[in-house]
Amino acid sequence: MTQLPGLLDTEAIRKDFPVLDRVVHDGQRLVYLDNAATSQKPRQVLDVLNDYYERSNANVHRGVHVLAEEATALYEGARDKVAAFVNAPSRDEVIFTKNASESLNLVANMLGWADEPYRVDQDTEIVITEMEHHSNIVPWQLLSQRTGAKLKWFGLTEDGRLDLSEIEQIITEKTKVVSFVLVSNILGTVNPVEAIVRRAQDVGALVVIDASQAAPHMTLDVQALQADFVAFTGHKMCGPTGIGVLWGRQELLEDLPPFLGGGEMIETVSMHSSTYAPAPHKFEAGTPPIAQAVGLGAAVDYLTSIGMDNITRHEHALTHYAVGRLLEVPDLRIIGPTTAEERGATISFTLGDIHPHDVGQVLDEQGIAVRVGHHCARPVCLRYGIPATTRASFYLYSTPAEVDALVEGLEHVRNFFG
Amino acid sequence: MYQDVILDHYKNPHGRGLRDGDAEVHHVNPTCGDEITLRVRLDGDTIEDVSYEGQGCSISQASASVLNELLVGKELAEARRIQETFLELMQSKGKSEPDDAMEEVLEDAIAFAGVSKYPARVKCALLSWMAWKDATAQALGETAGGKTA
Repeated sequence: MTQLPGLLDTEAIRKDFPVLDRVVHDGQRLVYLDNAATSQKPRQVLDVLNDYYERSNANVHRGVHVLAEEATALYEGARDKVAAFVNAPSRDEVIFTKNASESLNLVANMLGWADEPYRVDQDTEIVITEMEHHSNIVPWQLLSQRTGAKLKWFGLTEDGRLDLSEIEQIITEKTKVVSFVLVSNILGTVNPVEAIVRRAQDVGALVVIDASQAAPHMTLDVQALQADFVAFTGHKMCGPTGIGVLWGRQELLEDLPPFLGGGEMIETVSMHSSTYAPAPHKFEAGTPPIAQAVGLGAAVDYLTSIGMDNITRHEHALTHYAVGRLLEVPDLRIIGPTTAEERGATISFTLGDIHPHDVGQVLDEQGIAVRVGHHCARPVCLRYGIPATTRASFYLYSTPAEVDALVEGLEHVRNFFG
Repeated sequence: MYQDVILDHYKNPHGRGLRDGDAEVHHVNPTCGDEITLRVRLDGDTIEDVSYEGQGCSISQASASVLNELLVGKELAEARRIQETFLELMQSKGKSEPDDAMEEVLEDAIAFAGVSKYPARVKCALLSWMAWKDATAQALGETAGGKTA
């Protein structure tokens, strides 16, 4: 078996993930390489979810009975864990949402209803990039259409990186908000945060970072990033679906208006008007995803016990190996950086003229799960003149043997359609 | 799912390329980016030609080739029966084995029976057939009511 420096003890880790033992299609061992879509869940998270429902299930922040108090403590305890995980200065800066899309929509709507100095209107500009997931494009298009603000974006270079050569023309005195992805879900590119944040701060624009593909794979330090908002989702980082996070700087969360109204987010309500609870509750209307938040807390504990830096090192070694092996496959073109530097463990590619759907289907017949299509980042496909890609994405339990299985699988695909 | 018949049509498509037609449509499958531009040419009630150009997976490309082979030269009523039978096959979710009667109507298209088990791919197989139905309706609209926009 291939040994690479920096790899985790995947034999031990894989025992935590029951689904990785699955056999599919009459005897094919599952090779799960669709981690950028969603990660698998360790037993440690599944057990916590189960325990919560079996022992402590109640609604939070109300009721004086034992279960209500336990559920509240577990839910708020998860907030503490997430706050520590991202090095937030205050736990009150962590808002639970249902996913990263909701987190980003929440920011866009806070700004859409804000007064000066945050107000986005027809005299102002919004900046995004061409490599965003649709969830960091469409909310800003909606805000732009509703307010008249101009939407601008950074283009991409041939090798899959942001083209920042015209940063001073793109981020200007009119820019109110700059929102960009930390790690691309299709190209794998890790973006240069500092250069963008510095320019945004120079012109007084708010910075929003989509960290959906970063939080599962690297140490996320919201203070070091110097952003104003950071969004990510739980299900890509060993947590359950239905739970996302928006971290925001405290003074902004105090100043900006709520978006969704309802229970939990109020202080007092009369028939004429209401006053709001302080953040984060101001932004968490209605019964929250309680079990899911508790599950995310368990996922954070699990990842922390392995060590985020160790996970990064593992994935870097694996990415280096995978890029090298994939480039050996004839007619394979990597869409994105072709080295392991400044890139995550998500690799998109095309294989000659063979359509990604066919690639994915024939790989599936061999038990190999990849994602095919435009990966909710259609502008990237348009930019590179391709209808779609095949995407393999790795995680802490992925192994060099799985990279080898993918490469062999692709040889089979080539022979099949050749 | 990848029957030899499908692979043959994919590698050696029948009637590919755009030729003169009475109506042209462009259909896309937004989930995977398959695209087809398809033209229908009628001679009274007879389908004189179905020409097409497009990009997409083997299933969508082979399906367009089979459509061309099956429908060109047929009377419209017969072609509609084939289209409806193909639609029925693709919506069967792989539950029922196609019977002899169906096989007689569909000829090569019966090879797509296996595709019906894969919901994500059914739309690929149906893309050209939906485009044909649309183009034919437009072509008939023109013959019946003069040129329409």
